[in-house]
Amino acid sequence: MLPEPSTNHSMSDFISKCYAKMHSGDVIVAYKGEINANIIADTLGLVEAKLSHEMVENLVRKKLYNVMVECLQNLFHHVDKVSLSENEPKIGAFILSKTNDGYRIATGNLVRNDKSNVLKEKIDKINSLSKDELKEFYKFVLNNQTFSEKGGGGLGLIDIARKTGNKLNYEFTPYNDEYSFFNLSVLVSE
Amino acid sequence: MELLNIEGTPKTPTVILNPSTGVIEIKGRSIPENSIEFYRPVVEWLDEYTKNPQPNTVVNVQLEYFNTSSSKCILDVFKKLEVLKKSQKDVIINWYYEEDDEDMLEAGEDYESIIKVPFKMIQIVD
Repeated sequence: MLPEPSTNHSMSDFISKCYAKMHSGDVIVAYKGEINANIIADTLGLVEAKLSHEMVENLVRKKLYNVMVECLQNLFHHVDKVSLSENEPKIGAFILSKTNDGYRIATGNLVRNDKSNVLKEKIDKINSLSKDELKEFYKFVLNNQTFSEKGGGGLGLIDIARKTGNKLNYEFTPYNDEYSFFNLSVLVSE
Repeated sequence: MELLNIEGTPKTPTVILNPSTGVIEIKGRSIPENSIEFYRPVVEWLDEYTKNPQPNTVVNVQLEYFNTSSSKCILDVFKKLEVLKKSQKDVIINWYYEEDDEDMLEAGEDYESIIKVPFKMIQIVD
């Protein structure tokens, strides 16, 4: 383990506070730390194993797993590196919990403030669309947008909204002039 | 032209492309972080196949899960089949979905509305 740079203490506290706020219901899986491809893959394996032991109806399980994949890959692709040093890991968090009305998936990561407005507008647009409008929007983006090497070209959030049938809840907590903590939370109804 | 057989993994589907029977199969899960890399050989194979195809091409897609990163690549695969269809060859896409899995059925219908190739939605009953 590398010693934590002293300049980073306040950020670490800040992230811990934001992470604490993400908790709700009975936690099934919770993680805070470095986000990389292996962590995402291991977590998906863990979630799948956990769900197979829970009394979850097959279709709910499938939907939940699908939405979880999308949320975690979204997190993986969009988590911003805090530019203290090149070797600084990308830090993020996610929580899967059981609530009264279903399963809640929450992800959290730092985003650059210059990107947060675009993200806000995108989510607000998705939340304003009806089921049929979401379907059309999904098909439009699928067929017209060029995809980057890394991501799904912005289909992830639309897909999450479509599959859950619920609004995307989000919150930006400012850290400083450069970064905010972005918390996204979605409910897979039961 | 050679048969392409890609074995499935927990993240990527089994893909079998048979040039002598004209049967194409994509089965399993497709949730890699980088789908473009995974689907590249499939799309390249189809590019070759469309130069000298069978009169009938049957495509069986039976996916348990796929992520949005794969959805664009699957569309690219289907666009190759659309080229085949335009050249007066018979092509059919059999889209399998588990009983009551409306998400998967709807995903198939999305493709059907974009791609000018006949689709058959087939429900898998246990």
